[in-house]
Amino acid sequence: MLVDVRIKRFRPEQDAQPRWAAYRVEAEPTDRVLDALNTVKWRHDGSLAFRRSCAHGICGSDAMMINGRNRLACKVLIRDLRPPIVIEPMRGFPVAKDLIVDMDGFFAKYRSVKPYLITEEPAPQAERPQSPEQRERFEDTTKCILCGACTTSCPSFWANREYLGPAAIVQAHRFLFDSRDHGAAERLPVLNERSGVWRCRTIFNCTEACPRGINVTKAIGEVKKLLLRQSVK
Amino acid sequence: MPRPVVRHQYDAVIVGAGGAGLMAALEASKTCKTAVVSKLYPTRSHTGTAQGGIGAALGNVEPDSWEWHMFDTVKGGDYLADQDAVEFMCQEAIRVVYELEHMGLPFNRTPEGKIDQRRFGGHTKEFGKAPVRRSCYAADRTGHMILQTLYQQCIKQAVSFFDEFHLLDVLLQDGRCAGVVALCLATGEVHVFHAKAVLLATGGFGRMYKVTSNAHTLTGDGCTVVFRRGLPLEDMEFFQFHPTGIYKLGILITEGARGEGGILRNGRGERFMERYAPTLLDLAPRDMVSRAMYLEIREGRGIEGKDYLHLDLTHLDPSVIDRKLPDIADFVRTYLGVDPHRQPIPVQPTAHYAMGGIPTNLHAEVLDERGQVVPGLYAAGECACVSVHGANRLGTNSLVDIVVFGRRGGQRLAQWAPAADHLPLPKEPEVMAQEALSRLTTNLGGESAAQIRDELQQAMMAQVSVFRTEAGLKEALAAIVQLRVRYGRVDVQDKALRFNTELEEALELGCVLDLAWATTVAALARRESRGAHCREDFPDRDDANWLKHSLAVLRDGAISLSAKPVTITRFQPKPRVY
Ligand SMILES: Cc1cc2nc3c(=O)[nH]c(=O)nc-3n(C[C@H](O)[C@H](O)[C@H](O)COP(=O)(O)OP(=O)(O)OC[C@H]3O[C@@H](n4cnc5c(N)ncnc54)[C@H](O)[C@@H]3O)c2cc1C
Ligand code: SF4
Ligand code: FES
Repeated sequence: MLVDVRIKRFRPEQDAQPRWAAYRVEAEPTDRVLDALNTVKWRHDGSLAFRRSCAHGICGSDAMMINGRNRLACKVLIRDLRPPIVIEPMRGFPVAKDLIVDMDGFFAKYRSVKPYLITEEPAPQAERPQSPEQRERFEDTTKCILCGACTTSCPSFWANREYLGPAAIVQAHRFLFDSRDHGAAERLPVLNERSGVWRCRTIFNCTEACPRGINVTKAIGEVKKLLLRQSVK
Repeated sequence: MPRPVVRHQYDAVIVGAGGAGLMAALEASKTCKTAVVSKLYPTRSHTGTAQGGIGAALGNVEPDSWEWHMFDTVKGGDYLADQDAVEFMCQEAIRVVYELEHMGLPFNRTPEGKIDQRRFGGHTKEFGKAPVRRSCYAADRTGHMILQTLYQQCIKQAVSFFDEFHLLDVLLQDGRCAGVVALCLATGEVHVFHAKAVLLATGGFGRMYKVTSNAHTLTGDGCTVVFRRGLPLEDMEFFQFHPTGIYKLGILITEGARGEGGILRNGRGERFMERYAPTLLDLAPRDMVSRAMYLEIREGRGIEGKDYLHLDLTHLDPSVIDRKLPDIADFVRTYLGVDPHRQPIPVQPTAHYAMGGIPTNLHAEVLDERGQVVPGLYAAGECACVSVHGANRLGTNSLVDIVVFGRRGGQRLAQWAPAADHLPLPKEPEVMAQEALSRLTTNLGGESAAQIRDELQQAMMAQVSVFRTEAGLKEALAAIVQLRVRYGRVDVQDKALRFNTELEEALELGCVLDLAWATTVAALARRESRGAHCREDFPDRDDANWLKHSLAVLRDGAISLSAKPVTITRFQPKPRVY
């Protein structure tokens, strides 16, 4: 069948402003939006720029706004969308070209929460013990693929680009709730800053946007509670 | 017009930021000024898609030993693996798995709090008696956890990254490595990295095939670059097809699904593996299962007579699927609209893993055609051929390979580079890279890269996949030769410097074309069937004539083949039954 696709395009070397381009592409209802983008690129206009790699929702390359919602182009099927399919870059990051956004700021915030295991204890010969229950405690936030869909769907982030954003908080949560980690004292001050978790207004856009089904809002709530408990102590 | 050039000097450059590259970077950066160059942002690397697990004889849930692991690996590889390398890998596997845990990797746990382990194809106890639980896993996201954990450690160690830099060339001077040339995707500039040592970890090249589990970006760039510089590629005829790719899409369903009890069934509902591998059944090695599937389909026993079969998980406890295989359940629902709790999953073999690649020794040092070390050049991970996988890799052994040899290469480099000198660079080191780029962007030949890629992938799928014949291989070779000529006329429409992804795709096509060529030439030459290389016209393994590795070298525009002996230590070749 033929599908109408409208793409917001921006060529940094030529365009002062983004512009809309329309394409009519051959696609199966069970194709991914990524397949349609590839068809545009391979059959209509080779200069269309977007990131992609795995094509099955694991590498986090192709988060973009599709029919008004942030999703991975490789994880949404044409049959599940109402035509025309309208595709824009994620909102809130500088656009580098077409659907490619500059994610340097996003990754800088990720790094700022010290996203690595912090522990003073010397490692034993074999594994550090951890019960299945302790492991389960942070299971949800281990799934994050750093796609940026949550942060760029968050009105608090749109209002203030200094805000750490849900993705960085999810990454902090992954370690704060790991029984093997002792880095809370280093991480919590970053989360407690003015640009930290308190900017979250519990709007739930992030949770809806997350292609990995992470309960992002819940994770942020748990980090907030941890901060409150710390300050009471 | 030549592009702007930017120059850097480092002690070590690691190309690739998957499991192998990051592991090497962690070691190298301990003693050397190190840069990691990767065309993808590190966490987008394909290691992140590995599902099932990493094999190590921890013996956490039942007795196990690294010797059994070694035996399984050698037998699984149809006796083509170098046994000294396999021995080293299987011993080290235990240590690296603990090391990953210490870095924070969230493995699934046993009730006693140890790393949990599950069954995987070809892994057995007591030298083949019965399946053993050896695969250490984190749900069906083991690769994701490895990639994230290693990247986290790189952040902690403040490793320098050049993200979205595409390798174009390796600089060799008097048989030594002097650095690399790369394209910065964001700006279009050419960057020259002058280095004492370079480690390539650029991953596999499944994109030669139409149906593959591999990412769009797995185009074997590192292998191609050294091949074009006259270094050999080893065992290119061995490419693994994984039995369970989602029908038509190729997306992988981990062998862990069968490890948890999943069963393959044909159109009559039969568990056909009973006829092909009576002991290991659905958990026989991948080459055998994929062949069995092709035969079932060919004999009309596909589902409704079509070219796919069923992977049945419906008899499993639904909570096992939800806890241990959540991502594949999600894939099946998303892409097929199938509920794995209640419906079988349509599957077909999918191009999965390159056993061949850049020849290296145990220390990940690259070897030339005569088996001499190329000083300063290292390779590890799927792009390398140590060879630990021989003619067919066992599941969970690639993740072992990437961390063991990534680490080993990084360590070796960290010892060697501080005392070495920077070789003087050739006068215009970037000239070959510049020429290649301007050829693609100024050519008016009118050929479409997408069209050529389609034709290549179809030819490879039809003739150079699970079953091969002389006639079919010759047909594929003729097609590839033609496609390479047409590639010389490829026209990249986008002339922009910034994020020119059309240019990048054209570069990648050039790589898969060369590797498909080497694969087909090597497959045509090997007149026997061994592991993943199955010649219908030579159906038996022929140890008298073919118990040897192949080396393919590009010389004066043609490929010449030579042989390299196999190292056999503990296990003499035997018939391979399961
Ligand atoms: C779906 C799937 C599931 C798998 N599951 C398992 C499993 O359960 N167990 C197991 O043992 N194995 C598994 N494998 C195999 C295993 O995951 C891979 O073989 C392994 O991860 C490869 O790692 P690597 O570090 O060599 O390369 P990759 O992780 O592929 O990384 C390659 C790196 O090279 C970079 N690169 C490539 N070309 C260039 C260039 N031109 N310039 C700059 N950088 C470049 C990329 O950016 C990337 O960072 C699976 C494979 C797939 C496809
Ligand atoms: S939390 Fe979800 S949406 Fe946010 S970056 Fe991680 S995977 Fe993407
Ligand atoms: S391409 Fe990897 S998440 Fe979509």
